[in-house]
Amino acid sequence: MGTFRSIVFASVISGFIVGLVVTLVQQFGTVPLILKAEVFEKAAQTHQHDAPVAAQPAAAGHDHATHDHGDHEHGAGDHEHGAGAWEPRDGFERNAYTAAANILTAIGFALLLAGFFAVRTGATGMSVSWHEGLLWGLAGFAVFTLAPGLGLPPELPGVPAAPLLSRQIWWLAAVLATAGGLAMIAFRRSVPAAMSGVILLTLPHLIGAPELANVETNVPSSLTHQFVTAVTVTSLVFWTLLGGLTSAVFARFDQRA
Amino acid sequence: MSQSQLAHAAQTSTQAALPVAAGQVGRLSQALMAMVLGLFVVGMVGFSNIDVVHNAAHDVRHSNAFPCH
Repeated sequence: MGTFRSIVFASVISGFIVGLVVTLVQQFGTVPLILKAEVFEKAAQTHQHDAPVAAQPAAAGHDHATHDHGDHEHGAGDHEHGAGAWEPRDGFERNAYTAAANILTAIGFALLLAGFFAVRTGATGMSVSWHEGLLWGLAGFAVFTLAPGLGLPPELPGVPAAPLLSRQIWWLAAVLATAGGLAMIAFRRSVPAAMSGVILLTLPHLIGAPELANVETNVPSSLTHQFVTAVTVTSLVFWTLLGGLTSAVFARFDQRA
Repeated sequence: MSQSQLAHAAQTSTQAALPVAAGQVGRLSQALMAMVLGLFVVGMVGFSNIDVVHNAAHDVRHSNAFPCH
């Protein structure tokens, strides 16, 4: 199990470092925007509570049915989010879980990258350099952030969206089509393959992501725009760092194994 | 090339080829195993519908633009 061990060790080390770095970056980028949006979200919920017959049936239905994270500042008395599912308290506890989730996400994606590095090393007989790893990281950025983000832009809490399952399916389809399209272009050097690759890249966007007919939210659009930028730039840092670091660490373990 | 030389050549090439092939298969299956594990981890953190997991990873889901509630 030499290869598997090298992959796992390299992924855990790189994922841990990248997860911590990204948690730090998020504290200045995305997290303040999420907290700001939650103020609007809660104001809207209170408003709906005061006037239950108010308009926005679609948005309200969405909030009540599937939206169960918003009571970070509320006590047990918050009727909106019945069931009383556990959630971290604001401040240190919430950030600690965010850090843990970031580290796990980074380890998960590092396992994926290092798996490719192992296959590439086996095929070419040369270990993947940090530079090639960085390019793989950029591919991950295109596959997991740029492509799905075109149809489903990063969304703030309190902004209603199409049903969750339909968005998850489209997200997954966009990821698979983009990965396949890029692979066709990168690894098959023929014109028909390149053309099918480009078609694969555009296909999910021709089909179109699920969206609501009209979105009513009191979260300001400037906040949403800032969030899209913050998420995309943070993700770029995440993927380039993860690609470069995982390839370098994996190459070291793989040589010794 | 004589018969025996041919046989010898075939034998050495099999000997040379087999361990490499076996190594490649082992490497591929181990790499695939790691990749499936990685996707499982990302899927749990980013897509699990369990409330507790959702609430713990809430800010990360939003920050990674995973579809969230």
